[in-house]
Amino acid sequence: MELIREGIKEAYNLLISLDPEVLQITWLSLKLSGIATLISLLIGLPIGTLLALGHFRSRRLWMSLANTGMALPPVVVGLAVSILLWRSGPLGGLGLIYSPGAIIIAQVIIATPITVALTVSALQQLDPKLQLQLKGLGASHWQLIWHLWLEAKLPLLAALMAAFGAVISEVGAVLMVGGNLRGHTRVLTTAIVLETGRGEFALALALGIILLLVAFLVNMTLTWIQQRAKKA
Amino acid sequence: MKPLLEARDIKVSRGARQVLSIDSLTVDKGEALVVIGPNGAGKSTLLLTLAQLIRPSIGSLYFNGHSQSWDKTLAYRRQIGLVLQDPLMLSTSVANNVSAGLRFRKVGRQEIERRVSHWLDRFGVLHLMHRPAHQLSGGEAQRVSLARAFALNPAILLLDEPFSALDTPSRTRLLADFQALLTETNQTTIFVTHDMDEAWLIGHQIAVLLNGEIRQKGAPDKVFAHPKDPDVAAFVGLESTILGKVVESNNGWARITVGGKSLEAVGDVNPGQDVFLYLRPEDVTLWAGNALPQSSARNQITGRITSLLPRGPLVHVVIDCGFIIGALITRASLRDMDLTQGQSITATFKASAVHLIPL
Repeated sequence: MELIREGIKEAYNLLISLDPEVLQITWLSLKLSGIATLISLLIGLPIGTLLALGHFRSRRLWMSLANTGMALPPVVVGLAVSILLWRSGPLGGLGLIYSPGAIIIAQVIIATPITVALTVSALQQLDPKLQLQLKGLGASHWQLIWHLWLEAKLPLLAALMAAFGAVISEVGAVLMVGGNLRGHTRVLTTAIVLETGRGEFALALALGIILLLVAFLVNMTLTWIQQRAKKA
Repeated sequence: MKPLLEARDIKVSRGARQVLSIDSLTVDKGEALVVIGPNGAGKSTLLLTLAQLIRPSIGSLYFNGHSQSWDKTLAYRRQIGLVLQDPLMLSTSVANNVSAGLRFRKVGRQEIERRVSHWLDRFGVLHLMHRPAHQLSGGEAQRVSLARAFALNPAILLLDEPFSALDTPSRTRLLADFQALLTETNQTTIFVTHDMDEAWLIGHQIAVLLNGEIRQKGAPDKVFAHPKDPDVAAFVGLESTILGKVVESNNGWARITVGGKSLEAVGDVNPGQDVFLYLRPEDVTLWAGNALPQSSARNQITGRITSLLPRGPLVHVVIDCGFIIGALITRASLRDMDLTQGQSITATFKASAVHLIPL
């Protein structure tokens, strides 16, 4: 109990004192996970739309792959990205290993199957006749897709929340490809792992509370947007 | 004059099964064509094919005499207005729903506002303009859906059973409003339904679709009174199907023996020919007891009532007079005549009420 009380007190102090290192770690976590989520949306939305609306033979195969990808073990992603970006690896020349860029790459790989699969399911939940009605009203290809996205905006926002939640709380891959370098690639999750290992439970707990708070604030914002869209 | 729309040799298959086979179907400008048929006949498939929303395995579509590509359908789709049975609304306001097609066509803002108000007003739902479309009742939504189609000022309006999901009072009111608008605007329309009343009210031309094929096309009185074959007859409600033999014929008049009795009918048939006789139950008059009918009807036969079946406000009386015929009477008449099962009764009908189809 003492440990928990200490943790909460420490977290409170860190937040109140605006500890520069904690702020930097928190901001980096938010920035990297936010960028990775947006990139995964830019990739996942078109692919998911193609899979949901297209008529081609390998469609089911790709959908199964996306669904499997949602359960992709992050350590395996970390291992694969590490091998690719390792100095002597195929993409070693880019010098990305142990950089924020490497973290974003790993997080995009983790988040994209989620945005693809949830986009497919969001669009397939719509009444199939809606497509007929929109085409019957004279919608062009892009007008049709845009209006289907608008109709599916609630589940699409849920997909965004799921993807963000998956990457901000991820630790294995981020640790492997980012290296947990202080001031450079240290994010909330890797800092928690480090402090726990050092026996600094109060500090680790404090960082954990900040992580929960950040995730909560981001999801609350998205939920607020979602529910406002529902009312409109 | 060239037809506004013409479909030629259209075949649509679902898997190995052919669901639609249309040799030719034309609609002239200003004409209201009603495609009528039972459930599963292929009516919706036909309508969606004519809207270029289903691609047939083969077939051509001509609009204003020009063949339409099945690969690039946008220009043609912007000539039509489509109303489906389920008035699918976008999850936005009523006004935005009505303006959707106009926005797709990049119509100017002021013109959009003018048309949206005008057509919502014409369908009596202007007051719902700012309401979220998902809060509308079925009848209101269908009115908005019709306004949305009319606002496009389409060359052809295509409607797939637009009134069949509505309750009877909403349906009756909307049907009357819609029919009045069609007449007033001279709107070219293709209207799909399984409902005979709607077909009578709306159609200048009726096409009967059975098992994916158009079996008969013509003016409503022609199709309903003179069906071309037994299947069409059965569908358009000529229920008493009686097999007889022509014994005498003269100038479109014929005497036919059926089950040992003699009937008169109107039709071009020859003596010795076997024919099917069709009779609408509403064309048969009943006389109970010893009252002698004072009627100009040429056919007068006696039989026994085998059953009395309620049909809403009416009663369907089935009579065995060596062959089976039906008659429709009101419940009041049933009480007045005190009809019961097994009772003897006289049925009369005009020679012109009997429709003949040679075997």
